[in-house]
Amino acid sequence: MATQSQAQFFSSLKRYYSFYTGGFVAFVIIVAILEQMGVPNKILGYIFLAATVMLYAGIGVMSRTADVSEYYVAGRRVPALFNGMATGADWMSAASFIGMAGTLYLSGYDGLAFVLGWTGGYCLVALLLAPYLRKFGQFTIPDFLGARYGGNIPRSIGVFAAILCSFTYVIAQIYGVGLITSRFTGLEFSIGVFAGLGGILVCSFLGGMRAVTWTQVAQYIILIVAYMIPVVWLSVKHTGNPVPQIAYGYVLEKVTAREQVLNDPTTPDGAKEAEVRAIFKGRQEAAEGKLKALEAGGVTYLAEEKGKLAQAAADLKAKPEADPAAVAAADKAVADYPVDAAAAKKAWTAAAAGAKAKTAPVMKHAEPFAGDEATSNKKRKNFLALVLCLMVGTAALPHILMRYYTTPSVKEARKSVFWSLFFIFLLYFTAPALAVLAKFDVYTLLVGSSFSELPSWVSAWASVDKSLMSITDINKDGIVQLAEVTIGGDLIVLATPEIAGLPYVITGLVAAGGLAAALSTADGLLLTIANALSHDVYYKMINPHAATTRRLAISKGLLLVVAVFAAWVTSLKPGDILFLVGAAFSLAASAFFPALALGVFWKRANKWGAIIGMSSGLGICMYYMYMTYPFFGVNAPLWWDINPISGGLFGMTAGFAGVIIGSLLTAAPDKEIQNLVDHVRYPNLEGDIKTEAA
Amino acid sequence: MQLTEKHKEYWQRNLRVTGILLAIWFFVTFVIGWFARDLQSITILGFPFPFYMAAQGSLAIYVVIIWYYANYMNKLDQEYGVHEGDE
Repeated sequence: MATQSQAQFFSSLKRYYSFYTGGFVAFVIIVAILEQMGVPNKILGYIFLAATVMLYAGIGVMSRTADVSEYYVAGRRVPALFNGMATGADWMSAASFIGMAGTLYLSGYDGLAFVLGWTGGYCLVALLLAPYLRKFGQFTIPDFLGARYGGNIPRSIGVFAAILCSFTYVIAQIYGVGLITSRFTGLEFSIGVFAGLGGILVCSFLGGMRAVTWTQVAQYIILIVAYMIPVVWLSVKHTGNPVPQIAYGYVLEKVTAREQVLNDPTTPDGAKEAEVRAIFKGRQEAAEGKLKALEAGGVTYLAEEKGKLAQAAADLKAKPEADPAAVAAADKAVADYPVDAAAAKKAWTAAAAGAKAKTAPVMKHAEPFAGDEATSNKKRKNFLALVLCLMVGTAALPHILMRYYTTPSVKEARKSVFWSLFFIFLLYFTAPALAVLAKFDVYTLLVGSSFSELPSWVSAWASVDKSLMSITDINKDGIVQLAEVTIGGDLIVLATPEIAGLPYVITGLVAAGGLAAALSTADGLLLTIANALSHDVYYKMINPHAATTRRLAISKGLLLVVAVFAAWVTSLKPGDILFLVGAAFSLAASAFFPALALGVFWKRANKWGAIIGMSSGLGICMYYMYMTYPFFGVNAPLWWDINPISGGLFGMTAGFAGVIIGSLLTAAPDKEIQNLVDHVRYPNLEGDIKTEAA
Repeated sequence: MQLTEKHKEYWQRNLRVTGILLAIWFFVTFVIGWFARDLQSITILGFPFPFYMAAQGSLAIYVVIIWYYANYMNKLDQEYGVHEGDE
């Protein structure tokens, strides 16, 4: 690409996206006017979701291509700035957009592990991988493993690992798509999943990486605008300062002061909190008592208790002046009574745990690793382990690394990592501010207000979804206590526009932003999976003489198959989203990072080292998760108290050890491979070999 | 393809800057994280220092690290004559 045309390309891109941003703002204004004219909220939600998905489809259709290099790496002419935005959207998933602020709200300082891990990893990408991969310049990450270590075995392990971690991650994204679509349009979750899937496919199906890149830039713009507006508004409301990131330090001080009041039973508010906690303590003990009786009495106890309830209901009905509501409640108690011992055990264990969670004092938001010394040390260890796994995982997830193949040069690749992190940073340093501002609102405005006049967003969300917002007057004093409120993490971002008192159009915008975040990440991941299968398995291993049209046809076909399969798995609702995401990072960190980094920085690393390192890293990580994560039901003891989500810690260690030991035990790689390493280390060498695939 | 002394020096300088920047990265992430409880009494802009670092400070330092590296290396390429064409 000649200088002139790349510069022209860059300036026309800037023009397109400026127009696009202007058009989007105009669109939001029009919807706002429609809202003022009285169009119902549900219609506004439809308009928002349908318009943005159609927009992505439009970009997808315009970017359709039949050229291999365009399809796999967007023609290698994406300027650093735009590649940064695309990486930002590719990177920030439904978990970042919707879940992160909520995680921070619920876990305070300890939740910052995600913020640190998901940004700091880019230092590793920038310093250890991106420029070198760009110089190598082929299509996929297994390509690099195949060339650097020789033979099909390292490539195959790479393909397997790329598919495993991308698939785990994509399920979390499609889940997010389904959640947003179903919440804002009222469709069934599983229909929402497949509707969202259509949105994902229109972006990537026709144009591969080229289409995905240009839609991701568009999606980044929507998601960042959608995230910022409500937070800025909330900040103005509480502090008068439109820069939430600066203003919230003082809000945090107030939150901390409020936490002290609520935890101090000598203050009036603190006394009320203590009263509610005592009631929960009673409920916990009651549930535990029932569990104990069940263990001793078994089925007989269960039948007796049920009999008592039925008797009470019958007595009530026998009275001439029976209150119909009380009768219905008594009947419901009989109908809801656990049918067998297993169901009873499950229900009462859950009740005891739920009540127990409410007996603890208010968590201190800014305090790191709260608890007694042993708990605190355990938390600190897990915090740092999680940060490390997320960072190294960042520097190993194929869908992110792949993006640095698309820049025009090594120089641009380096700048592009800077832009990537800059654009990611904008959202990630806002999320902690949002968490604190929302907490301030809840602690000062909601707590202490009267049940008869709850803020409208509270009653609205409490009626939509009990898992996001539930509020009950436990001590019957008519005043809200903090312990009477249960908030689900996802609520924070979804409800911020309403907390800030913004019109519904902003809620629609936030939904569109969440959808953009989930769709863009899902696109990148599906493309990674389809490319690993079509390029690495089919073209490089099965049929190296395949014609271009055939390669692309296979790639698109696989994309469709993988997407439908992923949507099907998602509709079964497996596991916990945050765990799935964390697992993907641990798996990637264990499988790829040691072989990739040592492949550049250690010439002595060879084929057998890579094979042993990658397979043992991946193996140990999978084994540890299988043994310890409750979902699989094995529940083996933890190693050094490290939680299953950070299993990558052991995987990485095994991976590095495997590469080093395996390489030293076998012969050094030959001259050709050593030349390849020099080739990737220098952006330009005289008499250099050429590895870049056109 | 024969590497000259100059080429080797380029790679050494690359390794040095990479090492220094990674040390900074490690310090702001893991050392401050490890001592978070002990640094709690220091306050900055209303934030306890460890909270500030984990929520903003370290993130900003990461951005600067990457920016510095890109600039430094792009200049080093020129200095050692291993830069790419005019793209």
